[in-house]
Amino acid sequence: MAARVILAAEDIRRAIARIAHEIVEQNSGVDGLVLVGLRTRGVPIAQRLQRAIETFEGAAVPCGELDATLYRDDLFGGPMHELRRTMLPTDVTGAKVVLVDDVLFTGRTVRAALDAVIDHGRPSAIELAVLIDRGHRELPIRANYVGKNVPTAKDETVRVHIVEIDGCDEVVIANRANE
Amino acid sequence: MTEANGHPGIARAERQAAPSPVGTGFFEPWIGRRQVLDLDDFTQAEIERAFETADHMKEILARPIPRVPTLRGRTVVNLFYEPSTRTRVSFELAAKSLGADVVNVTASGSSVEKGETLLDTVRTLRALGTDLLVIRHKDAGAPYAVARHTDLPVVNAGDGAHAHPTQALLDAYTIRERFGRVEGVRVLIVGDIAHSRVARSNAWGLTTLGAEVTFCGPPTLMPATALAVSRRGGSGQLPWPIHVELDLERAIEGVDVVMPLRVQIERQDGNRLASLREYARDYGINRARIALAAPHAIVMHPGPMNEGIEIDPDVAHGDRSVVEDQVTNGVAARMAVLYLLLAAGESTGTRDHGAETGEAEGPGHHRPGAASDAPSILDRRSVTPARERL
Repeated sequence: MAARVILAAEDIRRAIARIAHEIVEQNSGVDGLVLVGLRTRGVPIAQRLQRAIETFEGAAVPCGELDATLYRDDLFGGPMHELRRTMLPTDVTGAKVVLVDDVLFTGRTVRAALDAVIDHGRPSAIELAVLIDRGHRELPIRANYVGKNVPTAKDETVRVHIVEIDGCDEVVIANRANE
Repeated sequence: MTEANGHPGIARAERQAAPSPVGTGFFEPWIGRRQVLDLDDFTQAEIERAFETADHMKEILARPIPRVPTLRGRTVVNLFYEPSTRTRVSFELAAKSLGADVVNVTASGSSVEKGETLLDTVRTLRALGTDLLVIRHKDAGAPYAVARHTDLPVVNAGDGAHAHPTQALLDAYTIRERFGRVEGVRVLIVGDIAHSRVARSNAWGLTTLGAEVTFCGPPTLMPATALAVSRRGGSGQLPWPIHVELDLERAIEGVDVVMPLRVQIERQDGNRLASLREYARDYGINRARIALAAPHAIVMHPGPMNEGIEIDPDVAHGDRSVVEDQVTNGVAARMAVLYLLLAAGESTGTRDHGAETGEAEGPGHHRPGAASDAPSILDRRSVTPARERL
């Protein structure tokens, strides 16, 4: 398999630390901030951002998790989507919600997540943080915070491995035809 | 209870897990399922997937606006040939909470009165753009007949005295919610077993999940095969590993769940019940009898309740009662069924969402041979002719 490591564990750690600083800087502090991880791997990344912010800012930012499956536009005819837990730690009305995901690709997951968040309340703003932006957007969606921009071909696969789920921290890119 | 019944150690019937539909060695619950006619063809994994899905549906129902757009543009038809309030409303709310359009058709006021047959009605509804049929019918087996003649997903909302699978799902779900599990929970179902589709479907669901089930009721309201079991022990010709006990005081001792059934006054054929007063005296669930059950025991009822007959009002509305939870859970369980049939049941696994999320997909997601395997899926789900199982 022609898999290539594009981020190692140390790179992921630095990217998350930088994004944490950027989030606090852009929002002039942590007032009203809510981190929301998108299932599956957005959740541990959001929790790491929360810990990082707590370390250097001394403030605990609420952190939740969101499964936008029920809002997807490609549910029918696709593989079965197992539902996962949605748990928002606080009322999102008036909050500055930062959605957190591992990979930004077509933008359809984020579109579904935007609808899901808005169904829970009316945030004053919604931002997006991703570890990898691999391009090929199908919707007018852009991330506010990006760990690494990775130009890819459409038939390539970006796989993010996170310790909490996969046992190691690593981002690899593979040609799907070779898998 | 086991000792009191004199027939301990009934072995659980071996339920074979459905094989992988494509021989990948990876079986995904609900893939390929097109019908929910009874729980007799459900694996434990399928029921548990329904429960996990219902957990998420409950989260939606707790929101200020309990609605998601998942089934937007899909039409669910409630075809009810028999009166019903809670089941019909429950299905309607479930479908609407998932964003589907709902059309209610009742026998009176429809072409049924002009003599249109059930199958012609179904063909018409299909031509009008129905995506899923929910059927309630007074005759056992009617939903099976429909399922054999249409490619639409079909959900049985109660057929005669035969089956009521979504009620059994919500009952088991409520038990799981209260006790954290269903396995090993001792469930007593009391009353008109012979006429009860709730009792039958619950026997399938609860025994598949490993609960210990006892049927109890007056001999005249027991199916003949159950009577034989009550005398000779074992599970006899019953299709489930359950206990049968005619004496309520003995049956109720130490149980975790007491589920009195509604005395179906409209289905009594004359002399099965000496009198409602006698039934209430011998089989009514009251405080004194609940005191014999386990200290943490809960009381369930499929509704509507005849208070003062099969259940005393202070028990029906007391702190042991989970009747209202059952109603709420009914909507969540039916949302799970609709979601799993419509959103998951069509799955052919040609798309790869892992490309976006970075997730590793299970082998079950890649099923290039799915189309050619369709017949085997249908075989596995093949409808059996409706038959009285007791």
